[in-house]
Amino acid sequence: MSRERIWLIVRVSGLALLGVLAFVFRAEFSWGPLLLSLEVAGIATLLTLVFGVGLALLLQWRRLPARDLIDAIVSTPLVLPPTVLGYYLLVVLGNGSVFGDAWKATFGRAIIFNFEGAVIAAAVGSMPLVVRSARVGLESIDPNLIAAARTLGARPMRILFTVVLPLAAPGIIAGCMLGFARALGDYGATLMVAGARIDGTPTASVYIMDQLLAGKDEHVMTTAIATTVFGIVMLYFANRLTRSLQQRG
Amino acid sequence: MADTGLAATLRLQRGEWTLDVELACPVGITCVMGPSGSGKSTILQLLAGLAVPDGGRIELAGDVLLDRAKGISVPTHDRRLAYVFQGLALFPHRSGLGNVTYGMSREVPRPARIDKAQQLLDKLGVGHLARRRPRTYSGGEAQRVALARAIARSPRLILLDEPFSALDHDLKLQLIELVCGLASELRVPIVHVTHSAAEARLLADQVVRIERGKVVAVGTPGEVLANVPALD
Repeated sequence: MSRERIWLIVRVSGLALLGVLAFVFRAEFSWGPLLLSLEVAGIATLLTLVFGVGLALLLQWRRLPARDLIDAIVSTPLVLPPTVLGYYLLVVLGNGSVFGDAWKATFGRAIIFNFEGAVIAAAVGSMPLVVRSARVGLESIDPNLIAAARTLGARPMRILFTVVLPLAAPGIIAGCMLGFARALGDYGATLMVAGARIDGTPTASVYIMDQLLAGKDEHVMTTAIATTVFGIVMLYFANRLTRSLQQRG
Repeated sequence: MADTGLAATLRLQRGEWTLDVELACPVGITCVMGPSGSGKSTILQLLAGLAVPDGGRIELAGDVLLDRAKGISVPTHDRRLAYVFQGLALFPHRSGLGNVTYGMSREVPRPARIDKAQQLLDKLGVGHLARRRPRTYSGGEAQRVALARAIARSPRLILLDEPFSALDHDLKLQLIELVCGLASELRVPIVHVTHSAAEARLLADQVVRIERGKVVAVGTPGEVLANVPALD
């Protein structure tokens, strides 16, 4: 991409952001819900990046027992209603569950109705998108490249970090991009696992519903537009990054 | 077999198809010839450790790389060999230098590795590709970078899997000359798989002809290819 085009993209994005900021400040925009949603979605995306890529690598292993069953279970959040996913998470992570009690004993606070619960709900919901996209990236790698790395003396971990992950990066980034978008917009599962407020602040989705019910249409509109613009800008740059990585190959 | 050569017996069963060969490859170029499906590329994969035979033994320069009877199997990354694949398998996300330095010992400091890689690329006539990625190379340039990457790690054995099959006649001759030069300089066994008798005549010190997974003839090109037409 030429330097002129990069400047053009930066200028247009900057102007769009300035426009949104001017609009939201004029409307006494409440930043808290949007920042909370971005924080939850950002951390959830980091989690899905690590665990999602790990799961995708595991599912690439042809001799993995019950591979198809594990694949189906990992993909289940795609087809479940968010409330059902939220219910399962409450059962697994809630007070009285093995995991929930162990977490509380270790960190001194419960997972559910807390920030951690919102992150886990968002991460579990977006995990299949990351896993599926990462698998597409991994499957696109020519097996001869891995064989070549082996003959050149590389051990498995070196092959993973120098051949497999760089070549699968476009698929992984595309998955994270979709996962972030999914996490940013999560409503049902977050509401069930984290409640309507986290330390007094709702996520953007919950805030929009609250304001809509309270008849504050202007707040609904500004939050919706701000969320949309953040989503578009983020997806746009992720798309550019993915394409640049694909062209590099 | 001399201490620097390769000796291998390989047995592999895949359904109805059986590979059962015995190879003795001295220093120099051994061309393994045969029709498609005869097992040529499989032999290279077994020698490299990319596939495991059902039975057999591989000894290289006096070291046992594989002995199924004794349960010995040196992993591919420790066999110190070079393998040029039919499709070359250059890493698309790495530059020419990145490809050539990939297999070099990491005990050597990075600047020294880069210097050596640049020298190799210059020697093979592709020094100008050091900073460029493989998608920008022509067919002949890619072959030369693949050869540079193969010899950069000072291999004890070089395996070439029909690397010239997609090249035009003139380019093929240039690269054959290059491989002959490398063979006399490196003094290691080179196993070159081809289906081209013309290529084998130009390159080989020894020709092994296989059919349906069995060795049917071994000897000099003159002996093995005497009745094979010049144009193939």
